[in-house]
Amino acid sequence: MDEHWKRAKGVFAAVGGPPTFWLLAFFLIPLAIIWTYSFGENTDLVHIAINGTFSNYGHALNPLYLGIIVKSFWFAALTTLLCLVIGFPVAIAITFASEKTKAWLLLLIMLPFWTNLLIRTYALMAVLRTEGYINFTLAFFWNHLSQLTALAGHPLAPFHPLELLHNNFAVVFGLVYVQLPFMVLPLYAALDRLDRSLLEASLDLGAGQFTTFRRVVIPLATPGIISGIIVTLIPSIGAYLTPDLLGGPESMMIANVIERQFKTANNWPFGSALSFMLMYMTFVAIAVQAIVSRGRKKAEAA
Amino acid sequence: MRDKSPPGPLEYLRRPAIRAWLIGTCIFLYTPLITLMAFSFNNSKRNVVWRGFTLDYYVQVLHDTDLMVAFGNSLTIAAVSTLMSVILGAMTAILLWRFRFPAKPALEGALALPIVVPEICMGVAMLVFFTQVMPWPTEMPWPLNLGAIIISHISFSFSFVAIVIRARLASFNRELEEAAKDLGASEWRIFNDILIPHIRPGLVAGGLLAFTLSLDDFVITFFTSGPDTTTFPVKVYSMARFSPTPEINAVSTVLIIITVALTAIALRLQGTEMASDVAGG
Repeated sequence: MDEHWKRAKGVFAAVGGPPTFWLLAFFLIPLAIIWTYSFGENTDLVHIAINGTFSNYGHALNPLYLGIIVKSFWFAALTTLLCLVIGFPVAIAITFASEKTKAWLLLLIMLPFWTNLLIRTYALMAVLRTEGYINFTLAFFWNHLSQLTALAGHPLAPFHPLELLHNNFAVVFGLVYVQLPFMVLPLYAALDRLDRSLLEASLDLGAGQFTTFRRVVIPLATPGIISGIIVTLIPSIGAYLTPDLLGGPESMMIANVIERQFKTANNWPFGSALSFMLMYMTFVAIAVQAIVSRGRKKAEAA
Repeated sequence: MRDKSPPGPLEYLRRPAIRAWLIGTCIFLYTPLITLMAFSFNNSKRNVVWRGFTLDYYVQVLHDTDLMVAFGNSLTIAAVSTLMSVILGAMTAILLWRFRFPAKPALEGALALPIVVPEICMGVAMLVFFTQVMPWPTEMPWPLNLGAIIISHISFSFSFVAIVIRARLASFNRELEEAAKDLGASEWRIFNDILIPHIRPGLVAGGLLAFTLSLDDFVITFFTSGPDTTTFPVKVYSMARFSPTPEINAVSTVLIIITVALTAIALRLQGTEMASDVAGG
């Protein structure tokens, strides 16, 4: 029973005016500007002529940049898959815990997520560095083992620290680290709504835990799985900090290229085109999710 | 008392494999943060080996003017953008909840944009906007020089706030409003005495969300800040690029503690608000 806006024009204008103005002036117009820039080119250092050219998009599709776009997508897909595999048992454990434990477990998963992203990334740098905690611990055990084998007359070769930072491994590790809570929460929300008697029935009727999981839990939790995938995938594709701080020269992602076009290369039209490539990818992902969930609703109604 | 019976079919938390998985995940999530906090007290420049307890790095942080200014900027930006985001978010939520109007689907779509648009795209859009369309004067006195950053932060957070408040409004009983109207209450009176008290938990939750989003933001601030408007994440970023130092550990520890404390307060507040809701309703 919504009220028609004409019945209280004053109130309508008072609550509607400021947010609409803000959204238009400080969000939609800035986006519209870079959208038009993506069809323009640099005429000199400071001027950009918007002449309707598609050359920036053509440039974005040449092998070098297309490779980076594909790599960003591949990193994000791998991250999402790892988050799903790690997060599913965690979500199950939380769902079937007692009310009190559940609250604590949720808090435990959420707490790192509330910590500043930069601090979390920086903390990972200290763990993964050549002189970091992982290599330090490994060296400690290696040296003790070496002392033992030396007693038997065969000392081990000196310890070589693992190269854990500034490579593709570090980028995916970092992305999983920061995105994991994004996956656990939608999974938990979907599993918590699930009708437990169906699981019990399946187990009673002789299906094992694995069969029940594969044929009952996963199909029923699909909407949660899809929204978990979307909320992990989208920020991972556009990640800037993680590849910048943890990655090496070969692990640039699309956001790093965009940053470079705007800050050092000073090619704003090309940077704008790349930004919009990223936006189009985001919209496609959201549209796919919408279509899938609509299809499911129709299938359920039928 | 330990329950010795074998775990029931759905008591997954009592299965050793699931427990081990959960503990492993927590080790993965917490080791970096806990080592970071612990080694902020380490009396050594090369911070891998423990050389004894010290508070030196905290003292250094207090005397690091640049860092303290950046920290103050971050808190100011977060406070102002939280206030504005809550006001704009509440207006949006009330607008969408109460009225029927032609452009409603378009507005709802536009409101979802700040949530889904990748940060980097919004960052560059703000960079272009504040250099080409609305150049922010550079010689403004503090805190007016933070204006461009504050505007950008409000733009990305108020949609989140609107969603939180809208969810709360969904449980509002419209008969209360009608009863008040019948009894002669003005629009303002209804708004102030009935609607606002009902959505207060939403205002608190939305405000906290806006505050954390603002404190957390690096990318958008990176594109809108000038040399004299550094925020804490931007400052830590430039320090971290060179080399990790115990000083960054110390200042990160302070920020983690602030975040945890705020979260605890929020949870407690919401707990009592919910309890009083249940008791009152």
